[in-house]
Amino acid sequence: MLILSDVLILAAVLFCISVAGIFINRKNVIILLMCIELMLLSVNLNFIAFAHFLGDIAGQVFVFFILTVAAAESAIGLAILVVVFRNRSTINVSDLDTMRG
Amino acid sequence: MNPAEHMESVYLGVVLAPLAGSIVAGLFGRVIGRAGAHWVTILAVGISTVLSLIAWKHIVWDGNDPYNGTVYTWLAAGDLNLQVGFLIDRLSVTMMVTVSFVSWMIHIYTIGYMHDDPGYQRFFSYISLFTFAMLMLVMANNFVQLFFGWEGVGLLSYLLIGFWFKRESAIFASLKAFLVNRVGDFGFVIGIAAVLMYFHSLDYDTVFGLAPTMADVKIQVLAGTDWSLMSFICICLFIGAMGKSAQFPLHVWLPDSMEGPTPISALIHAATMVTAGIFMVARMSPLFELSDTALSMILVIGAITAFFMGLIGLVQNDIKRVVAYSTLSQLGYMAVALGASAYAAAIFHLVTHAFFKALLFLAAGSVIIALHHEQDMRKMGGLYRYMPITWATALVGSLALIGFPGTAGFYSKDAIIEAVHTSHLWGSGFAYAAVLSCVVITALYTFRLFFLTFHGKERMDRHTWEHLQESPAVVTVPLTVLAIPSLIAGMFLVGPMLFEGYFREAIYVAPAHDVLGEMGAHYHGVFGFTLHAFQSAPVVYLAFAGVALAWLMYIKYPQVPGQVAERFSLLYRILLNKYGMDDFNQAVFAGGTRRIGQAFWQLGDVRVIDGVLVDGTAAAVRWFSGVVRTVQSGYLYDYAFAMIIGLLLMLALFVHQLF
Amino acid sequence: MIVQAIFYFFAAVLVLSAALVITVRNPVHAALFLVLAFFSSAAIWLLLEAEFLAIALVLVYVGAVMVLFLFVVMMLDINLAPLREGFARYLPLGIAVALLMAVAMGLVVASGYFDARFPPRAGEAGPAASNTLELGHAMYTDFLYPFEIAGAILLVAIIAAIALTMRKPRTLKTPRPEKQIVARREERVRLVKMEAEKR
Repeated sequence: MLILSDVLILAAVLFCISVAGIFINRKNVIILLMCIELMLLSVNLNFIAFAHFLGDIAGQVFVFFILTVAAAESAIGLAILVVVFRNRSTINVSDLDTMRG
Repeated sequence: MNPAEHMESVYLGVVLAPLAGSIVAGLFGRVIGRAGAHWVTILAVGISTVLSLIAWKHIVWDGNDPYNGTVYTWLAAGDLNLQVGFLIDRLSVTMMVTVSFVSWMIHIYTIGYMHDDPGYQRFFSYISLFTFAMLMLVMANNFVQLFFGWEGVGLLSYLLIGFWFKRESAIFASLKAFLVNRVGDFGFVIGIAAVLMYFHSLDYDTVFGLAPTMADVKIQVLAGTDWSLMSFICICLFIGAMGKSAQFPLHVWLPDSMEGPTPISALIHAATMVTAGIFMVARMSPLFELSDTALSMILVIGAITAFFMGLIGLVQNDIKRVVAYSTLSQLGYMAVALGASAYAAAIFHLVTHAFFKALLFLAAGSVIIALHHEQDMRKMGGLYRYMPITWATALVGSLALIGFPGTAGFYSKDAIIEAVHTSHLWGSGFAYAAVLSCVVITALYTFRLFFLTFHGKERMDRHTWEHLQESPAVVTVPLTVLAIPSLIAGMFLVGPMLFEGYFREAIYVAPAHDVLGEMGAHYHGVFGFTLHAFQSAPVVYLAFAGVALAWLMYIKYPQVPGQVAERFSLLYRILLNKYGMDDFNQAVFAGGTRRIGQAFWQLGDVRVIDGVLVDGTAAAVRWFSGVVRTVQSGYLYDYAFAMIIGLLLMLALFVHQLF
Repeated sequence: MIVQAIFYFFAAVLVLSAALVITVRNPVHAALFLVLAFFSSAAIWLLLEAEFLAIALVLVYVGAVMVLFLFVVMMLDINLAPLREGFARYLPLGIAVALLMAVAMGLVVASGYFDARFPPRAGEAGPAASNTLELGHAMYTDFLYPFEIAGAILLVAIIAAIALTMRKPRTLKTPRPEKQIVARREERVRLVKMEAEKR
């Protein structure tokens, strides 16, 4: 039988992988966005696990909202990415330093 | 409306009429024009005079009780109540009548004197406002309102001395008057603060009621020394009076104030404002009576002022400055009277002095107009032929000033000298000698002025001489109107004011100090008093001697003064330099202050504040931000890294708590 | 037992594909591995009896969002070389941070703290209840307003994405006759008088 810890550790590992992904792919915006999706996925996993083990549907409702926001976020993020690429011909984060203080 | 309310509106009218006049003339001067400005203010002050007379009749003639009431509560904080209120008793109505009447005369006179001045409306606005402030001062029933009036007249004095603000010397004089008065006001404020601290009230009634219970209280101003509370308060208050009433050593501003227009010299610096200090001490008589120390101090300072300022008057050549020094000397007389607890005599002299000194100033102003604003007496002479009215009124004023028997000045001055003679306080011997010898000096400088101006050779230049003529009616009418009280007021007032309890409860004199009461025992009517002066005291003869000396020196043998000056050149120079007080103040106080300020500026401002605090802060911030800026790379992944480190730390904390 | 085996299998696929997402060179491959990760996590969600969300994840994410990703990646002509810069340099640091976090989180989870507090419990409605019905019931009653707001957010996102990427028609420079007619000499020509420069 599954226990809560199994799922939580899986989510933790997934989260750590995405953090590591942010670290090592610090130049590529597309991969960064994908890492954020992974992070949200791990959080969703946690929510669903708790919803299952507590028998409370509210956790699944939260996952639903997170999916909504994540979809919106990636749509806008990609739109910005397209605009940036159109204007600067690059998506390299280290080139996007116009606002450097 | 019952009679009390009736009178309340009369009192309000007394102060508000000049204020309204001033506002109209000051703010709408351009609209109403020159004539409008003088009509509105003269009307306002006229109303004030008439209402003052009504108040005087109500209190003195009909013998009604004094009025003491609050008109408006300005603010209340804890047990501190600041109010606008009037205390109308015999002392204040006397002052009200004097102030408003003299002020009215001077308003009229100003039409002639300031005829061609571009600041005509402004001038009328100022003098009306001054009248308002002075009336607020004398009618006050609490210390705060007294202080308001006190500072108000000080401000107006400053504005009016510097009225011709394009003259360097006028600006200097106004600043000097202001600063010297600040010194006095400092003491005054401390005195008021001490009253508030120990009496927990600023109301005259409350404070005077409590005063006897405080007579023996000791305070330690400097640790380890016991000072009598009453002496401390009285001396502080008197320091304020010294500034305002130009007592030695804070007298230095008064002669310089003659830079202002002559009506101002007459109104502010002879008749009203400078007597504020005298009035204040008389008003505070229940306090001053409790401190022999303070009374002795007043006595000595008054005597010094009377004698030494009179001496300076002997060598001055500017006609207005001579009158100014004579004012100083007469103020000294008043202070001496206060010191001898003869408050009534001081107020009496104040009233008579207001009339004859205003008269003398206006006469001097009339001469100055005739000579096209020439003030040097060495360029005058023989004017009696051309200006008979001015000559006659000036003669009346001079006689009153020297105390010629029968004139107003005679009674008041004689009473003061007699009172000092009777007093037993420490310093009264010295004061008696000083005021007695001052009689000669007064006669000498007064008639020196009179002879040099109106008699002897005509020393003015030809152009001026051709245009010599008597001044217009607006000048001569006030002169005449002022000459009448200068001549006769004394006779009618001496008995009631000094000996027949005119002031009643308005002035309190301790039984041990009651010199006037002692003198009153020998008083048998005006004629008796006059005759007595001839029989016993040397005062009258000294005055005659002074006049005779002046005649000899300036009419008979005009070369004598020069020889005397050469013979006693050291003394002459000392007097001409006014004992070096101005130079001393300039060098030590003004110069010293400036040097201290310079030092503070260099050290405190430039080094500490600018250098360390302001620039130092900026430099520190710049250094710190330079360090911190390296963290702010501007790259997103660096911020992400920082966030993850923070997340890690929070997680570590969570783990730490869990185990 | 079999449930556990299925869980471990899909967990292994999920971790592996996630690791590949962050390490492969080609973003297209990364996106495809991300799709795999979503699929496997959908399987895990099915195990956890969240059937509706599992299907929604596949439909919405795999069907829409990931397609969008792929579309963008393929559309943009990206020079990959500079984007890989510093990959090797930051790899140790990334692994170190990830391990540190994994250890910390593992410590928290493995302590049994959550298991003790939340023992396995079946849903109130029982195993036979429909997950979709349950979720729909919750969303249209208790969470009605947040649900509406979520809809609004999606709408805003649609509009924003279109507004951001829409190209405006090119503005052409054409002559304006009416302005040319009213032009005056003073507006166009300025006479400047200057001193001759001295040698």
